[in-house]
Amino acid sequence: MSLLEIKNLHASVAGREILKGIDLSINAGEVHAIMGPNGSGKSTLAQVLSGRDLYQVTAGEVVYDGKDLLEMSPEDRARDGIFMAFQYPVEIPGVSNLYFLKAALNAVRKHQGLSDLDAMDFLALVKERMALMEMDQSLLNRAVNTGFSGGEKKRNEIFQMAVLEPKLAILDETDSGLDIDALKIVANGVNALRNPARAMIVVTHYQRLLNYIVPDFVHVLAEGRIVKSGGKELALELEESGYVGIEGEAA
Amino acid sequence: MIDRIREEARQRFRDVGFPTTHDEDWRFTSVAPISKLVAQALVPAAPAHLPAQVRGVEISKLSEAPRELIEAHLARYADYQTNAFVALNTANFQDGLLVRIAKGAVIEDPIHLVFESSANGHPTASHPRTLVLAGPDSHATIVESYSGNGGAYLTNAVTEIVAGDHAVIDHYKLQTESARAFHVATLQIQLGRDTNFRSHSLSFGGVLVRNDVNAVLSQGCECTLNGLYLVSGDQHIDNHTCIDHAKPHAASHELYKGILEGHSSAVFNGKILVRKDAQKTDAKQTNKNLVLSENAVINTKPELQILADDVRCTHGATIGQLDREAIFYLQSRGIGLADARNLLIFAFARDIVDRIKVEPLREQLEELLLEKLHGSRN
Repeated sequence: MSLLEIKNLHASVAGREILKGIDLSINAGEVHAIMGPNGSGKSTLAQVLSGRDLYQVTAGEVVYDGKDLLEMSPEDRARDGIFMAFQYPVEIPGVSNLYFLKAALNAVRKHQGLSDLDAMDFLALVKERMALMEMDQSLLNRAVNTGFSGGEKKRNEIFQMAVLEPKLAILDETDSGLDIDALKIVANGVNALRNPARAMIVVTHYQRLLNYIVPDFVHVLAEGRIVKSGGKELALELEESGYVGIEGEAA
Repeated sequence: MIDRIREEARQRFRDVGFPTTHDEDWRFTSVAPISKLVAQALVPAAPAHLPAQVRGVEISKLSEAPRELIEAHLARYADYQTNAFVALNTANFQDGLLVRIAKGAVIEDPIHLVFESSANGHPTASHPRTLVLAGPDSHATIVESYSGNGGAYLTNAVTEIVAGDHAVIDHYKLQTESARAFHVATLQIQLGRDTNFRSHSLSFGGVLVRNDVNAVLSQGCECTLNGLYLVSGDQHIDNHTCIDHAKPHAASHELYKGILEGHSSAVFNGKILVRKDAQKTDAKQTNKNLVLSENAVINTKPELQILADDVRCTHGATIGQLDREAIFYLQSRGIGLADARNLLIFAFARDIVDRIKVEPLREQLEELLLEKLHGSRN
């Protein structure tokens, strides 16, 4: 049985239909890239999977790990192993990164029937994962994402993912706005987290990220539907011919 | 001496009576329930327990305090001519406390003044009165805490603080009166040259609360007046502050933050007066409100009166709700909705909480916040 099974998913925002019948099946251990032009519905798909209430699911179903995902609250999805790296990470003044991370990790652990991690073990884990992301430890005591540069925010997302160790990670345009050095750090972090038990959905507009995070499958989204699926070579093909050809093909 | 002032205040109160909402200073705060309570309330005796004396600090009952100090200071600052509640207090206070801090004394431990009301069976009205005389160049921390139990009662407090030149004074007021209590208080601050004075007003309890904080600044003063209020249910809180820049080169900073839930209401009125001589004044006032319910009401008003021409005065007020994006972000990391909301509310209060230097008080405040946040959601 696949980890995530999306069937005929339709979703709207403010009455406007964005997703018009998505079918996608993802197994543990696989990395799926979702590509497509602006407005094709890539981010909407990511947000719907993470439970953002801005979007209304109007038809279809999503089964995650044997459960009806669409019935679950955002926090329950997270506790059950879904993690979305935000395209635009939110600034939260007054809440320290460290406190936030501890609350998040303990919420996940509680759900798994584990006790809170003690302060020493928690700090050790956090420091190890920060080193992976080449992040300065001073960021721990700063308020969540507040005053962070664009690159720091994106790294902070992957750092959180490294601490929370999800089963399904969704990276929503994590590459946007990153320079090549930051992109490599982010990709290294993501690659270090690849393992047979973890699936990833990498949403991106550009092929460049996929040079560093090499996907098992590539799907092209256009106007709310997957119009083409293939292996990693599909991304290269897109780089050559652009989305126009693909969309034409679908029509 | 005290008797003469009392008589004057009594006469004055008879003339002016309780304020009404036609009075600009009381526009949003009706004290009708208070006047009703006062009419039938008992005025209890106020037994004072004086602590062991600490070097550099002398605490005595007003009735036993040196006559010349009482004559020179008591009721000289808090205005019983125009403020009816100050008049009521002055006419009725049952003794009170004089706190003297010696010239040049550095008092490391906070001086904690505890006011407890109890109204079991019959409503009571008490009028706590405190006079603090901090000598020149002294350093001290003063904490006033007001709490109570039982049914309806009124606490009508007046505290006058006189800080000598170069004194450094930290003041905190923690108000956790019981649910049906009325609390009215005036804090009157007279600051000498180059003093550094900071006050934090932390207000949680009571059904009808009015705080007046008035500061008169001399040359070179630095005065900080901060406040935090959290109201829910049918609570009403009114914070009026008045900073009088009477002399040049003084700075004032003011940050009041409010959290409103349920059918609660709050008023913030911040007056800054910069007199003609007070050149180079630097005054900053901010009032921020987090309104968590559609039924809560906030009235916020800056009142700047600037008569000098070389000054910097800024003011700002905000009224906002919790950030939905931030709530979702926290949820998406596994933090439950109620916890996410509380975390954000706590974060809003954070910059006031962090400024509290007395650690046990800061911890108590954190607990109160958490308790109140959890309680109001159930």
